Amino acid sequence: METLLALLFGLLLAAACYMLLARSLPRVILGLMLLGNAANLSIIAAGRVAGTAPPLVERGAQALAAGGSNPLPQALVLTAIVISFALTAFVMVLAWATWRAEGTLDPETLRRAEPPALPSTDKEAAAEAEARP
Amino acid sequence: MIASRADWLLALPVLVPLIACALSAALRGRARAQRLVTGSAAAVMLLAAGALVAEVVRRGVIATQMGDWAAPFGITLVADLFSSAMVAITALIYAVTAVQAHADPGVRAEEGLWHPLLAALVLGVAGAFLAGDLFNLYVWFEVMLIASFGLLVLGGGRAQLDAAVKYAVLNLVATTVFLIAVGLAYGLTGTLNLADMARRMPEVPNQGAAAAVAFLLLAAFGAKAAVFPLFFWLPASYHTAAAPVAAIFAGLLTKVGVYAMIRAVTLVFPAGQDWMAPLLWAVAAGTMVVGALGAAAHWDIRRILSFLIISQIGYMIVGLAIATPLAIAGAVLSIVHHIIVKANLFLVAGAIRRAGGSFSLAQMGGLWRRDPWLGILFAVPALSHAGLPPLSGFWAKFLVVKAGFEAGWYVLAGVALATGILTLYSMLRIWIEAFWKEPPEGAAIVALAGRERWLVLGPVAALALVTLGIGLWAEPFAAFALAAGEQLAGRDAYIAAVLGARP
Amino acid sequence: MLDSLILRASARYVLWACVALSVFVLLRGHNEPGGGFIGGLIGALGFVFHALARGPPATRRVLRLDPLAWGGIGLLLAAGSGLPALLLHAEPLLTHQWMEGLPIGTAIPFDIGVYLVVLGFALAFVLPFLGEDAA
Repeated sequence: METLLALLFGLLLAAACYMLLARSLPRVILGLMLLGNAANLSIIAAGRVAGTAPPLVERGAQALAAGGSNPLPQALVLTAIVISFALTAFVMVLAWATWRAEGTLDPETLRRAEPPALPSTDKEAAAEAEARP
Repeated sequence: MIASRADWLLALPVLVPLIACALSAALRGRARAQRLVTGSAAAVMLLAAGALVAEVVRRGVIATQMGDWAAPFGITLVADLFSSAMVAITALIYAVTAVQAHADPGVRAEEGLWHPLLAALVLGVAGAFLAGDLFNLYVWFEVMLIASFGLLVLGGGRAQLDAAVKYAVLNLVATTVFLIAVGLAYGLTGTLNLADMARRMPEVPNQGAAAAVAFLLLAAFGAKAAVFPLFFWLPASYHTAAAPVAAIFAGLLTKVGVYAMIRAVTLVFPAGQDWMAPLLWAVAAGTMVVGALGAAAHWDIRRILSFLIISQIGYMIVGLAIATPLAIAGAVLSIVHHIIVKANLFLVAGAIRRAGGSFSLAQMGGLWRRDPWLGILFAVPALSHAGLPPLSGFWAKFLVVKAGFEAGWYVLAGVALATGILTLYSMLRIWIEAFWKEPPEGAAIVALAGRERWLVLGPVAALALVTLGIGLWAEPFAAFALAAGEQLAGRDAYIAAVLGARP
Repeated sequence: MLDSLILRASARYVLWACVALSVFVLLRGHNEPGGGFIGGLIGALGFVFHALARGPPATRRVLRLDPLAWGGIGLLLAAGSGLPALLLHAEPLLTHQWMEGLPIGTAIPFDIGVYLVVLGFALAFVLPFLGEDAA
């Protein structure tokens, strides 16, 4: 099971890297989502898949019976999912606002914060590049 | 049993901004009430952080288990000298940013969002400094990150959107790498508690996997700390934010990354892998040089300052690379010094923009004649930043370079000294262009006056006084940093405080 | 804002159905799958539907308070539910104290707080992007 999860993790990671390198913001966001899921899989795999029974300790017992699943990675993944959900929503809204403001989602042409003329050794040229609206 | 003093002291730096965030969100639309909340929260947090530092100095490392779940299973909050000092500085920066924001038109227009977001950012930063386990560190990083997203786009300019896209994507990748490292570390050691992990990591049979975890953690924290070659998000974004936002970002955010690096390396991987020292060496040297050169090539004050943040991060990494107690003490003092000075410089940059009408060095001049106080208040942090005696930067650099020479790292110490000269060059350029040069035709002349002048320059002066204080009364601060360095290098006190006296 | 008679007419019912379902999911979460987070999302969905049909200003009127303020109140509630555990050291149990016979602990105010946080912050985030919003 762990081997399968590890393979899936690698696959997702590769796909995420490919998407992150795309020249299109929606694809980059998809890449981020894949990367988040890959991270979640790695936590599940690292926690060992010992069983699927609910991790409830029997009355009187000191430890979990064999075959119980490890609850900690699940709690971690749940937290991570919630966080990445919120962050992905933010980035999507950001992309939408960028699209409305700039009319493009190509990261290469989004140069408003870093104009192509910078850095410059010429003071006047730099000032002009910075002053452009 | 009633909660003890240590429990309260550890909980308050997290609880106060949390409640401030909740209250100021609930009071949206009532700016006066929100300001009152932020102001009193900053004051309470300063007092609480001061008490925390005093307690840690008196009793050594203190720890508390949230909800009484015993370590290593529960959530632990820990404070040693280093983290308590960081919490105190965080509270200080919170206070000065809150004051200066009153005078910033960009922030005032969005006050309903500014107060909760600022409190959430401080919450994340303070939580990260006190977190005793790796996963909580991740959660606090995310709290900090989402608050910083909101703050960065505050005001909603088009350049800010562009900056936020790059900032968000690169930081999200970094935190996801961090999350993967957390998962792998848990898989290797079966624990997330940093103290417990510190005991178990050397016993892990698969040391290759341990090295991978160490590398992933360093990469993730390094991206947060904006070290070479992972710094590109920083100069792409910081200069677009509103002035108080840029100040708190510049002061605190990257330093949380450096803090996490120092904590992880000194606590969990102290023996170090043999690749770690050369890697940190190269990263430190690259960070210092690239930052200083980038600063020299720009003409916008905030861009120059952004690159100088990167350059200064290099000094802290030098301390971590050398890793003797003296070097770590130098890194600690560098962080403390740098948070104060850099936040101050960004606040001054905001004031210069108000007085000179621009951030661009080409479009201003003659500020010295119009407002000598502004010049003095710029000169103190600027010279401190370049490491001139008798200011705080000198002592920070002195400790790092001295440790470098003692440990035989001559080249790295030489690079650190040369970087200081480049930094001085950039600072002098701002000085000559903004303060001495005749103002160009049509430069806007705005006089800061009355209450606004106090709100803008008051916090700057307060931070400048702290810088001067550290420089002139260096003895207690250096002693504190040395004790913190010993404590970080020793690490036994930390483990004992978290896990109790168990073997 | 989509101008459709069916949408506008159904918006109110969908909203209250969503809110009712979300409260059910919230309370169910005490012992069974469910809880504040998922409940808050379902509730937010109802309000977003309402905002799509009738415009964000109408939704803000239904909400009465600013969504961010709801989130703040929820955060206060959730943080407050941790105070008993901080003030008094007791059995290491997140729910702190259980009443005799009744499964009521600090988990309930915490979950209601989470519900309000999710609902409030999600709406504070989404409403400005749904059409022309004056507030």
